[in-house]
Amino acid sequence: MNFVYHVEGGDFTNAGSTSSQVKRMLKKIGVSPEIVKKTVVALYEAEVNIVAHAYRGDITVDLEEDHIKIVLADEGPGIPDIDRAMQKGYSTASQKVREMGFGAGMGLPNIKNNSDSLNITSEVGKGTTIELINYFQ
Amino acid sequence: MAEDFHHALKFKYDLCIGCSHCTGVCPTSAIHVENGHPVLDPNRCVDCGRCYVACPMNAIYIEQDDFQTVFNYKHPVLLVPSIFLAQFEEKIRERTILSALLHIGFKCVYEVEKSVDFFKEYYRRDLEGGNAPCEKPVISSFCPAIVRLIQVKFPVLVDNIYRLKAPFDMTAEYIKKSLTEQGIPAEDIGIFYVTPCAAKIAAIKSPVGEEKSPVDGVINMNYLYSKVLRVIKTGEYKMCDESVRFHRLSKASITYPLTGGETKMLRTGRNLAIDDIHNVSEFLEKVEDEDIQDIDFLELRACDGSCCGGILTAENRFLMIERQRRRMQKCSEEVDNEDNDLLNYFDYLADKRHVGKVDPRSMDKMDDNVAAAMQKMKRAFEINQNLPQVDCHLCGYPSCKALAEAVVTDKAQIQQCIFVQRAMEHYDLLTPKEAHDISAKVWGAKKTDPTIAKNLNL
Repeated sequence: MNFVYHVEGGDFTNAGSTSSQVKRMLKKIGVSPEIVKKTVVALYEAEVNIVAHAYRGDITVDLEEDHIKIVLADEGPGIPDIDRAMQKGYSTASQKVREMGFGAGMGLPNIKNNSDSLNITSEVGKGTTIELINYFQ
Repeated sequence: MAEDFHHALKFKYDLCIGCSHCTGVCPTSAIHVENGHPVLDPNRCVDCGRCYVACPMNAIYIEQDDFQTVFNYKHPVLLVPSIFLAQFEEKIRERTILSALLHIGFKCVYEVEKSVDFFKEYYRRDLEGGNAPCEKPVISSFCPAIVRLIQVKFPVLVDNIYRLKAPFDMTAEYIKKSLTEQGIPAEDIGIFYVTPCAAKIAAIKSPVGEEKSPVDGVINMNYLYSKVLRVIKTGEYKMCDESVRFHRLSKASITYPLTGGETKMLRTGRNLAIDDIHNVSEFLEKVEDEDIQDIDFLELRACDGSCCGGILTAENRFLMIERQRRRMQKCSEEVDNEDNDLLNYFDYLADKRHVGKVDPRSMDKMDDNVAAAMQKMKRAFEINQNLPQVDCHLCGYPSCKALAEAVVTDKAQIQQCIFVQRAMEHYDLLTPKEAHDISAKVWGAKKTDPTIAKNLNL
């Protein structure tokens, strides 16, 4: 099953609505609570990253019998140094975003810790694509 | 397993007029209508009692143990929540109420909150200073309807439940221990708990994470209230001696059953108290979504006004809360072992304080097989997209989404939707008579009797 959700940059009121909907689907198909939680943590973090950093993005969810694959593709500033961004505490969030309590770093490492497979590609000035997979078993 | 879940809420079909008010208020969509009457899904019901409150015909009742079983024990003991007293008018004194309870046949009376001072110690050890005995936010297990709500609706959060026994269980353990030490044979002791709600009954009859409750029987609070008031009004009791009194309780103990009673015991951290099951659902949804973070402790209670708002209380909840607060003002901050003998059993109770693991039992799961569940979810999604989203209940289900899910799990047929019926009639796929018969299956023959048209001179 495929679903596409659109995310607007800067719209913090609706940040997290995609992960909430994905959570509901995973509960319906009987995925174990641990894996639901893990997926929600990873997706929520990645979704908020789009809201905090990018102009807009699409989240494509591919739900299969044994795994879920989520691709978050945004149009935004991109990440100049992915390896550095993967370090705990590193953040590119603007002061404005930090004042709202977001963008304190830890986003990408947290996504990594909560996904079985994570692939990040980025082009400065164009955008970032995050592909994460979680298996149900 | 699922079939063992005990529910104290029962429908009286002879009184039920099939208005379906109960279906709309259920926080877990556990009720649908069939043949003109509500049908409860036992795997979804959390015993919160919203349906009981919504029913205009008093057609829902709360089953209780036969009161006569009290007399099967040589030494019947009453275990009563402190809010029991808050039901009575100010002019009725505590000693009068106690005398009436003893007259009714109980050998002694204990207030449930006797164990709160014990719990206070553990709340502080386990939760203060950034400690957490489980995942954060730590969720109180005090309200059994909330524990069940988490099991069925928020299974992701089962590991956040603070696995402590309820005060009534702990006080019951203390009573059994202390009375047997006084030489009363264990088999003679019968502990009867007075419940303000249906959820506590379910918690005693089918405990979560516990083998068997130490409570021997349950008495509904409104039933006992009437019985006591009757004894007082007829004056048939003998006023007990000055020395016989309710045990002294600390301020924290009296506050405990009110909203904020648990969070007030904690001196550090971000702790929230939320009452009313719909408010709780809304909040837990956000916690599960990771939308709410950095909260240390959640005190969650299914009834508005916590236990004073319990469906089996006999008095208005706002008055009860006010009386409880007034009583609290007269209590001292701390009580010592002399005032509260239970504290002498601290180590004994400490060993018994935990309950076992709380298992998730998701109500949302559409099939045990993931592939089959996905097919059903997909189909339910497609069906729902074609339904009107009016949530009119006329199909017998609380929402269009609930009907769609019932259709794919073979519990209902799509033609139960009257919008679908009209569409099918339009294409001659259904005759008006067939449509009528389908609705009659949902609402019963009486409500769908065609002579209504004649009666209205149409």
